[in-house]
Amino acid sequence: MALIELRGVDFSYNEMEAPALKNINLSIEAGEFVSIIGGNGSGKSTLAKLLNVLLLPSAGEVIVGGMNTFAEENWLKIRQKVGMVFQNPDNQLVATRVEDDVAFGPENLGIPSPEIRKRVDQALEAVGMDRFKDYPPHNLSGGQKQRVAIAGIIAMEPECIVLDEPTAMLDPQGRREVMDTIHYLNKEKGITIIHITHFMEETVGADRIVVMSQGSIDKIGSPLEIFREIDDLKKLGLDVPLAVEMAHELRKKGIKIPDILSINELVDSLC
Amino acid sequence: MLRNITIGQYLAGNSVIHNLDPRMKIIITIMMITALFFIDSFLGYALFFLAVIIIVYLSRIPPIRILRGLKPVLFLVMLTLILHVFFTKGGDLIWRWGFISIESEGLYTGFFMVTRILLLVVFTSLLTLTTSPLELTDGIEYLLGPLKRIGVPASELAMMMTIALRFIPTLLEEADKIMKAQMARGADFESGNIVKRARNLIPLLVPLFISAFRRADDLALAMESRCYHGGEGRTRLYELKIGIRDFIALGLSIILSLIFIIF
Ligand SMILES: Nc1ncnc2c1ncn2[C@@H]1O[C@H](COP(=O)(O)OP(=O)(O)OP(=O)(O)O)[C@@H](O)[C@H]1O
Ligand SMILES: [Mg+2]
Repeated sequence: MALIELRGVDFSYNEMEAPALKNINLSIEAGEFVSIIGGNGSGKSTLAKLLNVLLLPSAGEVIVGGMNTFAEENWLKIRQKVGMVFQNPDNQLVATRVEDDVAFGPENLGIPSPEIRKRVDQALEAVGMDRFKDYPPHNLSGGQKQRVAIAGIIAMEPECIVLDEPTAMLDPQGRREVMDTIHYLNKEKGITIIHITHFMEETVGADRIVVMSQGSIDKIGSPLEIFREIDDLKKLGLDVPLAVEMAHELRKKGIKIPDILSINELVDSLC
Repeated sequence: MLRNITIGQYLAGNSVIHNLDPRMKIIITIMMITALFFIDSFLGYALFFLAVIIIVYLSRIPPIRILRGLKPVLFLVMLTLILHVFFTKGGDLIWRWGFISIESEGLYTGFFMVTRILLLVVFTSLLTLTTSPLELTDGIEYLLGPLKRIGVPASELAMMMTIALRFIPTLLEEADKIMKAQMARGADFESGNIVKRARNLIPLLVPLFISAFRRADDLALAMESRCYHGGEGRTRLYELKIGIRDFIALGLSIILSLIFIIF
């Protein structure tokens, strides 16, 4: 059975307005790296919030690890299984010291103190922030704060991490740090990653891409499949990675290029 | 201005004083400060001051840091002194100029009060300089614990304090940014009388509050998604432990307080 399953999910914030999500069917397997893309207001954040019970569907159901999100007794367990990292790095750190912030989740779960100690150390090491454990968060760079936020989730030992535009407020350096970290967690620790982003370059390493448009899933496929349909993406107001676009233009000019995703692949196929 | 208040200016260290249990330190501070109000001679103050010096020595805090912490109360100190010196009458006449006079009683009471205020501030700042805000919060949470039964939300209060401490620097930074942005659009925060200046703060405060509320919203979501559900069943990374050292410190300060209260 899939780790996360959405069956016929609708969601509206407000009965007067159009629903934010319409008939979403999606299942995500353990260990997958899924990127979600889509224009502003297409419902990505709403979808993310349904996954760890920050919202409940208006219709349909969300099943996480076999647990229905409608059952209140499952909420803590679901939130422990599916952690969430938000866009603004400043607004999700709670404590005055990095280490205490990472401990926040396990403390809420009632884990005994020696075990919290162990988890905090491991989590900070996994995101490469162990040197900063005594720092106050406001002295860290954006990318570092975001890695601390990720460590705070890892310390809860989740099976899945949902990241809602974690790099939107970061500079290129911070963006790379965060992307490297989540790919590392996916590959080395086997944590399922659901990554919402507006940066197409960040999606090429995903197993699957979900394209959302006006509250519905427009398409699901591997990066190669999704980026093959450049014109469809453009219609939704989305970009494609520069290398993909370039290959596309070159192909139009009659140059034979295989399917590629990154600049390196493009260079290899041309030279 | 907000930056030179000693509270929250914890100086990390590993001294005997730093390592005392925060609950004990809070209790001792409250006890000593109460005792301070019973002191009725400069000799008593001298003894209290000696205790302060010993604690400062043990804690390895640079004395300059403590003096700096006195800056915010300087105005209060001067005001107290002036009021007492000129308006408390009694004792011998020391100086007269027209209808203004200074009498010995006023001089004595003035300096007496000022010493009391200074010692009070210094002793409290010893607590905040050697105890991290986090330990302080933990200590307060624990000491308020018995009140949970009559409905005092001790854990939630402690959480609020932690969050406040966490966001003070963030909001200060933001205030600074907004101020510069508004100044660039011609806002003026520096001239005019008090009323005008207060009104000029509106373009600073409105965006600051809006952003603070947005942050609060985000933070509540983030906390909820990290399984926060109030203080119930919450464990802590650092559990407070009381040792022999703490009881020795408590014993010493009980003796000291009794001396102050009785004599
Ligand atoms: N708290 C809310 N109350 C009412 N409506 C909301 C709320 N949050 C989002 N919406 C609406 O729901 C729809 C989907 O919003 P959502 O935030 O999920 O989009 P998104 O894909 O995350 O967009 P973005 O790329 O801008 O983050 C939008 O039309 C939005 O206006
Ligand atoms: Mg969003």
